[in-house]
Amino acid sequence: MSELRRPTESGVPEATKYMHPVLKKNYGKWAFHDRPRPGVLRHVGESGDAMFTVKAGTQRQMDVYTIRTLCDIADKYCDGYIRFTIRSAVEFMTPTEANVEPLIKALEGAGFPVGGTGNSVGFISHTQGWLHCDIPGTDASGVVKAMMDLLVDDFKAEEMPNRVKITTSCCQINCGGQGDIAINVQHTKPPMINHDLVSGVCERPAVIARCPVAAIRPALVNGKPSLEVDEKKCVCCGACYPPCPPMQINDPVNSKIAIWVGGKHSSTRTKPMFHKLVAAGLPNNAPRWPEVSEVVGKILAAYKQDARAWERMGEWIERIGWPRFFEMTGLPFTKYHVDNWRGGRANLNQSAHLHF
Amino acid sequence: MSKKMPATPLLDQLESGPWPSFVTGLKKLATDEGKPYADYMKSLLGQLELSYETRKGYWKGGTVGVFGYGAGVIARFSEVAEKHPESSEFHTLRIMPAPGFFYDTKTLREMCDIWAEHGSGLVALHGQSGDIMFQGCRTDQVQPAWEKFNAMGFDMGGAGAGVRTAASCIGPARCEQSCFDTLRAHKEIINDFTDDIHRPSLPYKMKFKFSGCANDCANATQRADVAVLGTWRDDMQVNQAEVKKKVAELGRKEFINQVIRMCPSQALALNDDDTLDVDNKSCVRCMHCINVCTKALKPGKDRGVAILVGGKRTLKIGDLMGSVVIPFMKLETDEDYERLVELAHNMLDFFAENALEHERTGEMIERIGLVNYLEGLGLELDVNMITQPRTNSYVRTDGWDDEVRKWNERKSAAAE
Repeated sequence: MSELRRPTESGVPEATKYMHPVLKKNYGKWAFHDRPRPGVLRHVGESGDAMFTVKAGTQRQMDVYTIRTLCDIADKYCDGYIRFTIRSAVEFMTPTEANVEPLIKALEGAGFPVGGTGNSVGFISHTQGWLHCDIPGTDASGVVKAMMDLLVDDFKAEEMPNRVKITTSCCQINCGGQGDIAINVQHTKPPMINHDLVSGVCERPAVIARCPVAAIRPALVNGKPSLEVDEKKCVCCGACYPPCPPMQINDPVNSKIAIWVGGKHSSTRTKPMFHKLVAAGLPNNAPRWPEVSEVVGKILAAYKQDARAWERMGEWIERIGWPRFFEMTGLPFTKYHVDNWRGGRANLNQSAHLHF
Repeated sequence: MSKKMPATPLLDQLESGPWPSFVTGLKKLATDEGKPYADYMKSLLGQLELSYETRKGYWKGGTVGVFGYGAGVIARFSEVAEKHPESSEFHTLRIMPAPGFFYDTKTLREMCDIWAEHGSGLVALHGQSGDIMFQGCRTDQVQPAWEKFNAMGFDMGGAGAGVRTAASCIGPARCEQSCFDTLRAHKEIINDFTDDIHRPSLPYKMKFKFSGCANDCANATQRADVAVLGTWRDDMQVNQAEVKKKVAELGRKEFINQVIRMCPSQALALNDDDTLDVDNKSCVRCMHCINVCTKALKPGKDRGVAILVGGKRTLKIGDLMGSVVIPFMKLETDEDYERLVELAHNMLDFFAENALEHERTGEMIERIGLVNYLEGLGLELDVNMITQPRTNSYVRTDGWDDEVRKWNERKSAAAE
């Protein structure tokens, strides 16, 4: 094995190495920006230089042919530079205004919708799902493709009250993060345990420690050391499944989809907010999840119609109140919406402020 | 003889519609006969179709790595390899991109060529971790693929209980609102922690993210154990001529609706001559008015960073937002950056010594209390760390006089 090469522990490369010369020249010296049309940003430097950015959607999980197509477009219009956003949109930048329209045509012609700027529905941030994750309850790429097919016009226009960030997560760990709308797997039954495998596969103390409600305890089953779950305590979160695969949590029928709303990362206007549960029990209905699309559509329609300019989803609901939200969306309100633990008191209405 | 394309009636339904289809991409790889990945991806498509039928995943983890590192390869072995043998191993290599996700096409094409030779030809740009995810590699191809990426000047990202790959907003490269050099801070910190990225030995993961202002485009506040956010101390910059233009453009009523009324601390008023009155002492640097009036308003000139610690997603005790531990520090000179890196090391060391197994920084702080965390790190208390003082009277206060003395000493030292 003497031929193995020691790694060069170089960390991240210098970003300026991969930047368009106009970005390097105006680094830290930008004066302002505006948006000439949806999907296009114009940044103007103190030097008077302008940089046009055309933003487009991708499928995130890209084959090398798709990436090479993006490279061809960047070579033709952007001097060979390309950038991606934190939510997997792709950005093409050019200092030449005359390149903008042909660039948009080239992207749309190659199947990449141009948009995602300003007050649009951005690209859905998503996780790995059945394609690659070891614990997924659903397929993120499929949910996102199905949703974006329906939301593409809202991606291409800037007609929402504020930006709408949608996320998906394939389990309750929620790698997708906070969203104005979050589409997340919600398990409804405790794990099914294969007791023959537990002692051979799982580090039992670590699994017990992982449970947020202390529902797992060691047990001897059929003469073998295993684990058992107090099903009355279990909150069906699936946290035991990654360290102990014989505790199967995914279930084709009982792993459902839940919708959460009003999450927000930024400190813009209001402080950052967590998203809140509004719907659950939706079937994990591959390959196009129509029940999920229907609920998301209702929420977006109510927000678009009723929110004031610049109100994010969560801010809109704070203003109109939750009774009005449930009324406008037609979603049922159940006991599962009530945050029913000690720390959840902050989510109860401790006032005489009532909506009628 | 090449393998037959599997029937994928469910996945086929994800090929129609206006949004780019990942299924079409997978099929393109699977049907490029003669390429090393064609049969590999046919097999993968077969397994993915099975998941769509049964609504279950079929990957299990394991240990696969590269020589010299203890993390960065996400191992995947198929549980249905007897039916889909070619894709029995489908590992991911996490490779860290340049801060801000910048590329030239030569680099991307070279990466594609390497992945077409050694992997599946499938790449996620980017994973939620901030890595380039080279998805789908056989165990014996991991090392040769890695050596080529590494020779290009790229390094492996984090995984497991170590420091993770960072993320940053576009920062000063193309944003007038960025209050510090997010890309430099990202590089300075990450490249000083490569040992903790590549040889994970912490209680659990530790993430750094960098956003140039309160808009937090890197989603740092809630997604990072250490969120570095740009802000400023002096007055915001106002170009009154541009304010007047914006008022004329929106109309006075809409300007009041969209700018004045939306200010969270009621720090704004519209003057009779359509100029803007800013109460900078009440301003919380939230960015709203600046976002709406991009030509008229800008952050101030005395810029720096605030640091929020403890953000994380659900596992285990539920979601946590980061909270303020440094309300302001300058980040301009080389010495400032050295201080930031030193602070990050102190945070990591305290976490390594005090967190329980599988506990994140935010959970540790919830368990031990913010005051103990601050004392452990030698950080000074600041009123900006709280929303309001305590409301629960069950607290022992017999050290009160000492604490008052410390506060007064600090105040007089600052006044000198």
